[in-house]
Amino acid sequence: MSPGAPLLQVTAISKRFGGLVAVRDLSLEVARGEVLGLIGPNGAGKTTAFHLISGFLAPDTGLVRFDGHLLAGLKPHAICDLGLVRTFQIVRPFPHLSVLDNVRVGALARRPRMAEARAKAQEVIDQVGLGAKAEQRAGGLTLAERKRLELARALATEPTLLLLDEVMAGLNPTETAAIVGLIRRINEGGVSILLIEHNMKAVMALSHRIAVLSFGEKIVEGTPAVVANHPRVIEAYLGEEYVHAPAG
Amino acid sequence: MAVGLTLIFGVMRVVNFAHGDMMVWGMYLAWILATRAGVDPYAGFILCAAVLFAMGWATQRLLVDRIVDAPHEMQILLMLGVALVLENAALMAFGPDPQRVRSPLRAATLWLGPVFVDVARLVTFGLAMALTLALYLFLTRTELGRTMRAAADNAYGALVIGTDVRRLYATAFGIGAACVGAAGALVSPILPFQPAGGLSLSVASFNIVIIGGMGSLPGAFLGGLLVSVAESLGAVFLSPSMKELVSFSLLIVILLLRPAGLFGKTVA
Amino acid sequence: MKWLGAAAVVVLLLLPAALSSYAITVFIFIFFYAFLGQAWNIVGGYAGQLSAGHAAFVGIGAYTSAVLSVQAGLTPWIGMFVGGLLSAALGTVVGYLGFRFGLRGFYFVLLTVAFAEVCRVVALNTDAVGGALGYYITFTGDPWQFQFQDNRVYYYVALGLMLGATGVVAAIERRRFGAYLIAIREDESACEALGVNTFRYKMLAMVVSSFLTGVGGTFYAFYLFSLQPGAVFGIPLSVEIIIRPIVGGAGTVAGPILGAFILSPLAEISRSYLGQGGWSGAHLIVYGLLLIAVVLFLPRGAYPALLRLWTRMAAQ
Repeated sequence: MSPGAPLLQVTAISKRFGGLVAVRDLSLEVARGEVLGLIGPNGAGKTTAFHLISGFLAPDTGLVRFDGHLLAGLKPHAICDLGLVRTFQIVRPFPHLSVLDNVRVGALARRPRMAEARAKAQEVIDQVGLGAKAEQRAGGLTLAERKRLELARALATEPTLLLLDEVMAGLNPTETAAIVGLIRRINEGGVSILLIEHNMKAVMALSHRIAVLSFGEKIVEGTPAVVANHPRVIEAYLGEEYVHAPAG
Repeated sequence: MAVGLTLIFGVMRVVNFAHGDMMVWGMYLAWILATRAGVDPYAGFILCAAVLFAMGWATQRLLVDRIVDAPHEMQILLMLGVALVLENAALMAFGPDPQRVRSPLRAATLWLGPVFVDVARLVTFGLAMALTLALYLFLTRTELGRTMRAAADNAYGALVIGTDVRRLYATAFGIGAACVGAAGALVSPILPFQPAGGLSLSVASFNIVIIGGMGSLPGAFLGGLLVSVAESLGAVFLSPSMKELVSFSLLIVILLLRPAGLFGKTVA
Repeated sequence: MKWLGAAAVVVLLLLPAALSSYAITVFIFIFFYAFLGQAWNIVGGYAGQLSAGHAAFVGIGAYTSAVLSVQAGLTPWIGMFVGGLLSAALGTVVGYLGFRFGLRGFYFVLLTVAFAEVCRVVALNTDAVGGALGYYITFTGDPWQFQFQDNRVYYYVALGLMLGATGVVAAIERRRFGAYLIAIREDESACEALGVNTFRYKMLAMVVSSFLTGVGGTFYAFYLFSLQPGAVFGIPLSVEIIIRPIVGGAGTVAGPILGAFILSPLAEISRSYLGQGGWSGAHLIVYGLLLIAVVLFLPRGAYPALLRLWTRMAAQ
């Protein structure tokens, strides 16, 4: 694997559900060490794209290549083993397990011994700032804490690429700022990140590049500055963003 | 013959383990009415339906309602508990021996052209068809029926528009149980029944419902048809004791091939 | 907790000296059903895959070792493993079909029931194993043929089975396998995303569980000496198997044992007091009511509830 090749290379993937084309001819590249933001109005196909990349759905056409491997036909767990892991938009902690046990499930992917996995889990929990809650049941956490837990679990699998699906949705500005800092530190630690986010300020601050999706198609791609001022983006997205701004 | 009856089974949306046992209770109620009060099952089925309605309504209201938010598995276990109680209560009350209700119609026979039909079967078939049609009309034409179908599709949506979903579910469960009770009463002059028969009746209904797709009326009709044809074929080519084998094997095949049924829209 | 367990084992080891033969029989059934419950617990409790057809594995294990012993003279001490392997083979088939085709919840329950019922009807119609008349083993009292004059030997064998299965479950719980099974029960998709091969672990759980259950079949055959298709493959036995861990606490090491100690005496009492006068279904009504009560009031079973009570009392 030459160091110049992109870590993730998505080539012209499409997915239709019945008559609805959720994703059309989408191509993306994430370089090593990069944070790529994926934005677009609701229903633009962002989460579907995540499902296609992480193996939860199979694309009708197109290819996904990750770290030199073709992902076609691979199950999500096998893709995770290769170092690509995703979070869920609607967080899915194991509610009856403690925070530590939750994260340990992720850590076991690379460290089959329970004691080592536990140590790794503890380390990641401290990293995301949940150290004080390690023994608490995940079902009793606040939304902000559950988002951190979701992140911690994914991180514990020691990925090279992290797919984050709206980890800031529903958080207040203080919590959002904390998560932004956390994601930046994770990235600085060498993990590439593909980020779906509605919070424009956060995406602009975090991403090296941004791709904009509308009705399943990529309409614009470029640096945050280019994207923010692009007329098609303002047309397709920012109008919508203003509508949603008070809720976000 | 089984078609007309089994369709009623299929119509009921809530699949539960106590299904067949409720039918057995419908049969025994018809039997009590016939032996104690001399009521012919072809009239008594209305009363049976009413009693079963109450039974189903109470089951939903007192038991299932309390755990609607619990995992699916809990509902299964709960209904398994109800099935155990019903079946063995029947066993204690009526004993293990098969019974059959005598109806004056039973003895009568009729020549329909070249075909020789006994009147009891004909009446059962006719009433079953009528009930099915009535239920179909109820679900598609009345306000309550339509709300019920809407709530089945999307409970949350129904809640938002202000439906009392709990009451609706209880009514739906009650109607389902009433259908089963009526069906039980209607077949009681034709088929001998015993407390232990609940399970095979349940399996028959699961077969039909799963083939037809959960909650789909035309699906239930077709499901009933397919299952009875398959079982009759099995009975012809295999020994009668192997008939059960056919229905269980059918269930396995159906489960594997069509978890959503031929007419079902969504996988549970 | 550990000391309590060790003390309980010592008591159980010494107990037969003080028990009547009737009480020993009661204990044998407690141990045996705790063993079966523990075996079920792996797939039904930990992995959360509700198999309601575990009787099939008992039946296959029982018929296998009985036929091998009677027809070929093979000692059940070996036959029990042959039976276990055959049961595991069936478990593999059921698990593969169920998990590969993605049957969850109610559909998986139906699949397991259907397989058990198919086994029952096949046994019922196979004259080589006695068909509807059942299969009988002549009592010789030969320990090599798993037959003992003294009821107390069965007591110790059953106790050994229970402790052995409990050891297996405890070992699973401490390892990655167990941690994964619990996580699968909680949320399967989330597990997949975290690199858990859910299919493989569910299969493994099913295979281990059906193997142990099949081994138990041998004990059933050589304790009761008669095999009736309706009894060994029937749904009532499956209910007996699953109800103990559920009442005691599915997905916990102690649950099936606690459940067995709660239920067996209860079944015994309802059978002997209400069972007179032909009310043969009395204990099943009690099971049904208990199942309803547990689902409504103690959905995680008695053991976790006791544990909470214990920690609350200890805190005061």
